[in-house]
Amino acid sequence: MLALVPAGGAWSADAERGKALYAQCKRCHQVGDGAAHRIGPHLNDVFGRAAGSLEGFRYSPAMKAAGAGGLVWTAAALDGFLSEPRALVPRSRMSYAGMKEATDRADLLAWLRLSSGGGPDRPAAEPTATPEEYGLDPQLLTITGDPDYGAYLAGECTTCHRPDGGEEGIPAITGWPHDDFVIALQAYKRGKRVHPAMQLVARRLSDEEIAALAAHFRRAGDEP
Amino acid sequence: MNQGEGVMSQWKGNNGLSRRQVLATAVAASTALSAPAVLAQGRPRVVVVGGGAGGATAARYIARDSRGAVDVTLVEPTRAYYSCFFSNLYIGGFREYASIGHSYGALAANHGINVVHDWAVSVDRDKRTVGLAGGGSLSYDRLVLSPGIDFKEGSVAGWDLSQQNRMPHAYKAGSQTQLLKAQIEAMPEGGVYCMVAPPNPFRCPPGPYERISMVAHVLKQTNPTAKILIVDPKPKFSKQGLFEEGWQRHYAGMIERIGPDFGGDKVEVRPASMEVVIDGEVNKVDACNVIPAQQAGRIAALAGITNDAGWAPVVAHTMQSRADGNIHVLGDASQQGDMPKSGFSANSQAKVCAMAVRGALTDSKVYPARFSNTCWSLIATDDGVKVGASYEATDEKIAKTDGFISQTGESAEVRKATYEESLGWYSAISDDMFS
Repeated sequence: MLALVPAGGAWSADAERGKALYAQCKRCHQVGDGAAHRIGPHLNDVFGRAAGSLEGFRYSPAMKAAGAGGLVWTAAALDGFLSEPRALVPRSRMSYAGMKEATDRADLLAWLRLSSGGGPDRPAAEPTATPEEYGLDPQLLTITGDPDYGAYLAGECTTCHRPDGGEEGIPAITGWPHDDFVIALQAYKRGKRVHPAMQLVARRLSDEEIAALAAHFRRAGDEP
Repeated sequence: MNQGEGVMSQWKGNNGLSRRQVLATAVAASTALSAPAVLAQGRPRVVVVGGGAGGATAARYIARDSRGAVDVTLVEPTRAYYSCFFSNLYIGGFREYASIGHSYGALAANHGINVVHDWAVSVDRDKRTVGLAGGGSLSYDRLVLSPGIDFKEGSVAGWDLSQQNRMPHAYKAGSQTQLLKAQIEAMPEGGVYCMVAPPNPFRCPPGPYERISMVAHVLKQTNPTAKILIVDPKPKFSKQGLFEEGWQRHYAGMIERIGPDFGGDKVEVRPASMEVVIDGEVNKVDACNVIPAQQAGRIAALAGITNDAGWAPVVAHTMQSRADGNIHVLGDASQQGDMPKSGFSANSQAKVCAMAVRGALTDSKVYPARFSNTCWSLIATDDGVKVGASYEATDEKIAKTDGFISQTGESAEVRKATYEESLGWYSAISDDMFS
């Protein structure tokens, strides 16, 4: 059983502060004009939508089941989910531990309401990751990877990352968009994203091998 | 689950056999092991001996990636695999026993692997056949041996396999692990748990010391005046600084380790009287975990591919035996160079082996070998540590190229994240072996 704490009233929430908090979400989600699915689904018009219901996104079975079971993203449901995602949807693929402070969540949801709806305040969607934020050469994104070579290299990944895209303590990577995948691994390779095991793996991957892995995991995401 | 049905549909899809032929073949698969020619249908044949992290992964990758072009038989005596990795967490009460058990059903159903529950007892390298305890034999074009470890007789004075119920090794997971856990829980108040630790090289270098941590975790809650004694022939051990820091923090005053400088290499056990004699001094103990010196699983020696130390030397690029190119050796049993003997290592080596085997038997592409390993250990609740490295194949050996290790003094948040990561790894590698 879950106690869903209602989100704070919009009049008291600080949407500008919420925008800053949204930085924790934007690595995976887009919202606003032109938002598309990335690592996570886009968040446009999320309020009032059934969970796991958008076309074209590969949800976890758990999220689809939650939606089929009646979970609707009201402000209260989003507030509960954000406080501890896996308490509301166990085995959700969303790799986020939770936002503990109720005021933080209220501010975040206030900003999300402004940017998610179709109103005049809706901003343009921002990219989930850019080569510039890690000082990477944008040309790295133009390399075409060989998915078959990627399939061999992926053997090193699937010892820890479940190939079916399940998430049980290590993030799912199957189905990631090409650019997000390449930028993440290139950032690990150069020590600009911090995780010792991922830095170790990425350090010995060539640019072509990273592109090959991106191609493989993108393709794997299209498989049933 | 009906394994036969899965196997049949796999074969039907691949060969276009009629249902009647398929039925006949399936019957042959389950009963007439002496007729492998019937099974093979002209396909190259791979026999894998040992269904652990090396063998199960190799069988699965060869069968899956060759899409039926290679006939794969997996020989494994037990019907359920209990992983050594995470068996210490079961002893510590962090995992249920069932959660470290795995079935071979999906390997048959999803990949058409012929899983034979029997002991491989001989290898005829000239005829390329493997003899089974049940009487049949299996022909192979390539043989993959992944038999894990066996114990060296006489390495701990007073102990042999006939004493494994009095003084369990619990270093092959299963009923031995359950027995050791029960003996720890049955210790009298203020009693002594003793571990006789193994000399190098052995399976899972941090394993004995993670086990000490888990035993201490249990005793701290249920029997806080109990003591833990480690008798160790080695001057130092894996992740030593991390473990000793954790023991001091969580279990101060409970654990004593006697290294070779104080006679830890001169030990005799007396199972009948539950005594451990260390450099002539008799200690009465209440639970005794003897982890003897190790060597490759016996079938490797029977195949005649082991060296004087009891391990099977391999070529790093392909994991082929240096004594016989038709045989590949994986995991703990192999002598490959710098990789620790771990489930992660065996799984990594299996993928290189699978690629090499497919390349040799079909026209699939072969890429340069690459290996990696990470070992997580749990010291106390939410206090996980890890060590990892990457490796490349040289003509001489598997050579370490890069690595990392957890640091002493890390925050509780980092340690918790490391433990949670290990749960993700366990889930993923289990699927990588058995799904």
